[in-house]
Amino acid sequence: MAHTQSKTPLPEQGMFRIWRGDSVGGKFEDYKTKIDPGMVVLDAVHRIQAEQAGDMAVRWNCKAGKCGSCSAEINGMPRLMCMTRLDELNLDMPVIVEPMKAFPSIRDLVTDVSWNFEVKKKIKKFAPRHPDENDGTWRMQQVDVDRVQEFRKCIECFLCQDVCHVLRDHRKHDEFIGPRFFVYTAALEMHPLDTADRVSDLKNKNGIGYCNITTCCRQVCPESITITENAIIPLKERVVDDFFDPIKKLFHIL
Amino acid sequence: MEYQVHPYDVLVIGAGGAGLRAAIEAASTGLKVGVVCKSLLGKAHTVMAEGGVAAALANVDDRDNWRVHFSDTMRGGQYLNNWRMAELHAKEAPDRVRELEAWGALFDRTKDGRILQRNFGGHRYPRLAHVGDRTGLEMIRTLQDHGIHSGMEVHMECTVLSLLMDGGRIAGAFGYDREKGNFIHWPAKAVVIATGGIGRAFQITSNSWEYTGDGHALAYRAGAELVDMEFVQFHPTGMVWPMSVRGILVTEGVRGEGGVLRNSEGKRFMFDDIPDLYKAQTADNEGEGWKYCQGDKNSRRPPELLTRDHVARCINREVKAGRGSPHGGVFLDIAWIKEHIPNSEEHIKRKLPSMYHQFKQLAGIDITKEPMEVGPTTHYMMGGVKVDGDSQMSTVPGLFAAGEAGGGLHGANRLGGNSLSDLIVFGKRAGEYAAKFAKGNGPVSTDEKQIADATAWALEPFDRGSTGENPYQIQYKLQESMQALVGIVRTKGEMQEALSVVGELSRRAEKAGVAGHRQYNNGWHTAMDLRNMLMVSEAITRAALLREESRGAQFRDDFPDKDPEWGKYNNVVRQGTEGEMIVEKRPITPLPAELKAVIEEMK
Repeated sequence: MAHTQSKTPLPEQGMFRIWRGDSVGGKFEDYKTKIDPGMVVLDAVHRIQAEQAGDMAVRWNCKAGKCGSCSAEINGMPRLMCMTRLDELNLDMPVIVEPMKAFPSIRDLVTDVSWNFEVKKKIKKFAPRHPDENDGTWRMQQVDVDRVQEFRKCIECFLCQDVCHVLRDHRKHDEFIGPRFFVYTAALEMHPLDTADRVSDLKNKNGIGYCNITTCCRQVCPESITITENAIIPLKERVVDDFFDPIKKLFHIL
Repeated sequence: MEYQVHPYDVLVIGAGGAGLRAAIEAASTGLKVGVVCKSLLGKAHTVMAEGGVAAALANVDDRDNWRVHFSDTMRGGQYLNNWRMAELHAKEAPDRVRELEAWGALFDRTKDGRILQRNFGGHRYPRLAHVGDRTGLEMIRTLQDHGIHSGMEVHMECTVLSLLMDGGRIAGAFGYDREKGNFIHWPAKAVVIATGGIGRAFQITSNSWEYTGDGHALAYRAGAELVDMEFVQFHPTGMVWPMSVRGILVTEGVRGEGGVLRNSEGKRFMFDDIPDLYKAQTADNEGEGWKYCQGDKNSRRPPELLTRDHVARCINREVKAGRGSPHGGVFLDIAWIKEHIPNSEEHIKRKLPSMYHQFKQLAGIDITKEPMEVGPTTHYMMGGVKVDGDSQMSTVPGLFAAGEAGGGLHGANRLGGNSLSDLIVFGKRAGEYAAKFAKGNGPVSTDEKQIADATAWALEPFDRGSTGENPYQIQYKLQESMQALVGIVRTKGEMQEALSVVGELSRRAEKAGVAGHRQYNNGWHTAMDLRNMLMVSEAITRAALLREESRGAQFRDDFPDKDPEWGKYNNVVRQGTEGEMIVEKRPITPLPAELKAVIEEMK
């Protein structure tokens, strides 16, 4: 059986160029460490931490791609360190590991992602319709649940936020909630039981107009959520329907 | 030394399912509630739970009810369970699950639009409400998204170092925040411990770095009793290859969906050893087992769905007998269902999406086509803070515990799916009773000496600097020793050796040193976590030594049989007046007649 499908035979050692620093500044430092079959970038970072750099800051939890804590940029790509295998990287060159760029640095590979938690609080919460049955329960069909379940796979790694140019380059954190929270809003808006209306907030407070669907967020999503096509575009359509439909506009005027 | 102060009525330590549910409940009474969360919000281990949440909703099989669930839980726990907790758990789990739906959770559906339930080990009927194989994520996200609107304040990436006392009563907690390295004092009238488990004391584990037994150790040092500490659950199916992912969980849902265990000879070895307690309800041939997984109500469950302790030991036996897989596990095969199901590949991907993803990405295995290699992994702590079944209050006034950190519900072995239900049933109760306690008792006063002592202890590793002992190496040595000496198969000699290793490592831990400064310094955090891991390791070992029998998760090679006499006792661990650890057996309160009748009826 093919247990590891290495694309290239692994060298015995690898060089890792890791960003060390804080909000004031920092620099890349090179660390050489031993490599074993099946290792992921997070393993290498841990080994370096345990043997050479005890105070190196890295955020992680599950090490299985389920919690979304170890987000970083590996050779320039936003990825989870725990799901990036060394045998898919070019180990002839140093592997560059640096923190996410869309958020302020705390230390080394750890960034301050608290902005995301504040954004979420401002989105109107789930508001279910009256229960369908006397016992207080609802009936929903699997087909109606499917599309929202896709959004609820989100592990809140914030890689989509990191790659989004509206946040990363234009720093519109005050006017734009980012792909993660469009997915969150879509999950609420398309929830079969939900009754709240978040469409005017999308247009007026959450900056959905800034998104020009470059699909970068979808491409980095470790859960393969079709962020742009399934979440953002349908939300944009709702905004258009509510605010820019000429016939509706006419009714508003009348 | 400076510190911040954030006073609360109720302080919840831990933000997994139990902590969040407790905080939501306490906040709903209008009290000021704080949550201390060791990682970012929503990253706690609940997120890793895969298979489902057990509740006798009877949506799939109408023969199910609380009495069956209660009996299954007691049988699984080998009757050492706190029966009052097992009763409340079985009765209240359905309401707690429906409540999650009202808060936005989207479980998989039955054809008539209700919450779908799946089969799981030790549960007589399909009982686990689930979302594919990411039920824990759905639960924690639901509680998180509901909780942030409930008024609770969350302190992310903060760790509690000690509980503070006001005379005999709890007075809050003291700790630090990782991001800045500042110290924080949280005065509180009531404290709920919901810190999860202890898996990091072992080498092969499904647990993340956080699970260092903090709540167990905090409560112990504050004078609370711990119960059932000898019972550590080794989940039968963790990944075994590649080395770097060794221990990562493979959900029992794979077997619930029809996955089978085979040895290197291709034999389904689980048919070879079916315990008497389960003979009547276990299939004795492959055809019947498959029919059960397909929902045939007249079939009995396949032996792969026996309780976790038993399946783990059978796998261990096959490997030791030389019938293991190439990397020291056995084969778990779900791909074989293609013999019965058209489009089986799509079916597997839909039912077990994260397993598919996990194996594809981390091991290069396509589980729809090839078998997985699996072996036991340290997964769950049955033992925990000894609490009152109704209120979840420990033996220390004002100190409550819920979830994995609380002890009693699961007895000698936990059934899969009973953890997620434990979190919400007893999280709610702990929050409710902690709020009552906070309302019924006046303000607490702070003893500055306790804070000064905790601060001084926390800063010691910096004084020793990089010339001190490397904290990571002490942790590795402890994990290796606990794995080798207090693992699935235990003996007196090995456990005595473990105690001397723990003693030696405790002395080394007192010399641990770290370089750098206090801001997000993982080395410093590891140095401080060692104390808790060592305390918990000692408690596990001492309790396991005292129990001279094999029952549930504890298997003693030197006492391989169950001893009916030991079935009358729980082991209780507490701190003596000289700081020494005391382990003693405590008689179990006899079951009331009506619960005894329920168990008899279900036999």
